[in-house]
Amino acid sequence: MSHPRDRTGVMDRRDLAWYADRCAQVLIFAGGISAIVFIIGIFVFVTREGLGFVFGPLDLGQFFSSIEWRPTSDNPGYGALALMVGTLSVTGLAMLFSVPLSLGAALYIGEFAKGKTREALKILVEMLAAIPSVVWGFVGMSIMNPLIIQVFDVPVGLSALNAGIILGLMAAPIMTTIAEDALKAVPDSYREAAEALGATRWEVILKVVIPASKNGLVAAVLLGVGRGFGETMAVLMATGHSINIPTSPFDGVRALTATIASELGDTATGSPHYGSLFTLGIFLFVVTFLINLTADLVVKGIRKK
Amino acid sequence: MDNGYAIETRGLNLWYGDFQALFDVDLGVKKGIITSMIGPSGCGKTTLLRTCNRINERLGYVRTTGNVFVLGHDIFADDVEIVQVRKEVGMVFQRPNPLPISIRDNVLFGFRLHEARMRKVPAGEEAAVLESALRQVLLWDAVKDRLDQPATGLSLEEQQKLCIARLLPVKPEVLLMDEPCSALDPAGTEAVEEMIWQLRGDYTILIVTHNMAQARRASDECVFMLLGKIIEHGRTEEVFLNPLNSETADYIEGRYG
Repeated sequence: MSHPRDRTGVMDRRDLAWYADRCAQVLIFAGGISAIVFIIGIFVFVTREGLGFVFGPLDLGQFFSSIEWRPTSDNPGYGALALMVGTLSVTGLAMLFSVPLSLGAALYIGEFAKGKTREALKILVEMLAAIPSVVWGFVGMSIMNPLIIQVFDVPVGLSALNAGIILGLMAAPIMTTIAEDALKAVPDSYREAAEALGATRWEVILKVVIPASKNGLVAAVLLGVGRGFGETMAVLMATGHSINIPTSPFDGVRALTATIASELGDTATGSPHYGSLFTLGIFLFVVTFLINLTADLVVKGIRKK
Repeated sequence: MDNGYAIETRGLNLWYGDFQALFDVDLGVKKGIITSMIGPSGCGKTTLLRTCNRINERLGYVRTTGNVFVLGHDIFADDVEIVQVRKEVGMVFQRPNPLPISIRDNVLFGFRLHEARMRKVPAGEEAAVLESALRQVLLWDAVKDRLDQPATGLSLEEQQKLCIARLLPVKPEVLLMDEPCSALDPAGTEAVEEMIWQLRGDYTILIVTHNMAQARRASDECVFMLLGKIIEHGRTEEVFLNPLNSETADYIEGRYG
């Protein structure tokens, strides 16, 4: 250090702070890439367990077109159509219920509510997202079930409708939060310009704010759909869990996720039944991955403009 | 009540929460001329401007007493439709704020809002309105081949001209301009000023500016404000050459700003 031109002086800088800095760098980098490592790991694991079955005993045509899901029978059938329709019908009903509710809530919180009301609502909506799904399933079983029987005069209340409502409520917080972020990203100068041109508040929202935040709103809905596809416990508890192509919202259905959850524990590792459940897993993984990817690309679309 | 004023305020006081921004303002803005408002930052000139179309109320914590008459109508009266006030009184903002839609849709935005409330507008009429508005702001030749492109792709100068053009189709009487050239370069400032001058006579223009030279060049009358009060109001050359008030003289000569 006393000789500034001494080349070994460079080495002198490797003191404690230098090592601490290095360590922190490595740790942060590891944290950063862990998400990627985990997602690839999960994908590899699920496909490894499932692919042997997909390319072995599974008849893909039967998988997508048959409703015969009898993996434990002597004459096993692996038709997942009813399960896919079950997931779709529940998610669809959930969206019918949840999209207007969430977008309405986001519009109210983002455009109308002021000050304390607004803050309180935002916190409450986020708290709604923290309710465990088994609690939602419990609500479906013990509150919605008798309510549906009473209101619609049907024999059983565990149905696509029940699960759809529960799932709609579960998907609402994330959709509301993301939609509200999208509305907040619309510069206030747009609203001011439109108001100064004589637009009423409603016209400002309809003709300026919603078109300007369209991508974010679509992304919010897609993330809600993704949430619906992946949800397991509440759907298992509220659908009735019966393999069935529903003809009305009051029919019981069974979802892909719920099938995996309820059956995987009873299978022998490596058996065709085990493989078939992992095949459902691959299918779910691919679908939710595509939905989330689309949502992400849609959101990126706004930033480019 | 027609006394030659497009805008008249009487005993206007305004508070932002507990802060009083305007004190007892009595101002008469004559029809058909350009009136400029000058004064140091925070003197209330933008506040006064934004009261004339009640856009200030967006903030929610604004309280006013006194009266503002636009073309003889008290705009704070209970039976006044704020939408009508804003149709009569157009506003141009400091930063150009075109909406994120096409040039065509921007120019026709207000027109469609107001006309669609009353009748169905034929496409031919829209095209004529569009062209006339863009011609009035000297923008037609520059944009006529790209009317369907987003307005946000224009240069700042063109954006500001567009923001003026979109006011014209609803035939306002008054144009309020809040430092319309402050975001522009000298060439853009000159071009927009020239354009504003061309609108003189057809519209009553009230323009806030920080730029002494602009006020002097581009206005018929000049209002000098300080600390929420009107200190002096007269013909622009009188205010600049023979200010009645020593504070006005000091400001114009650049002793404070």
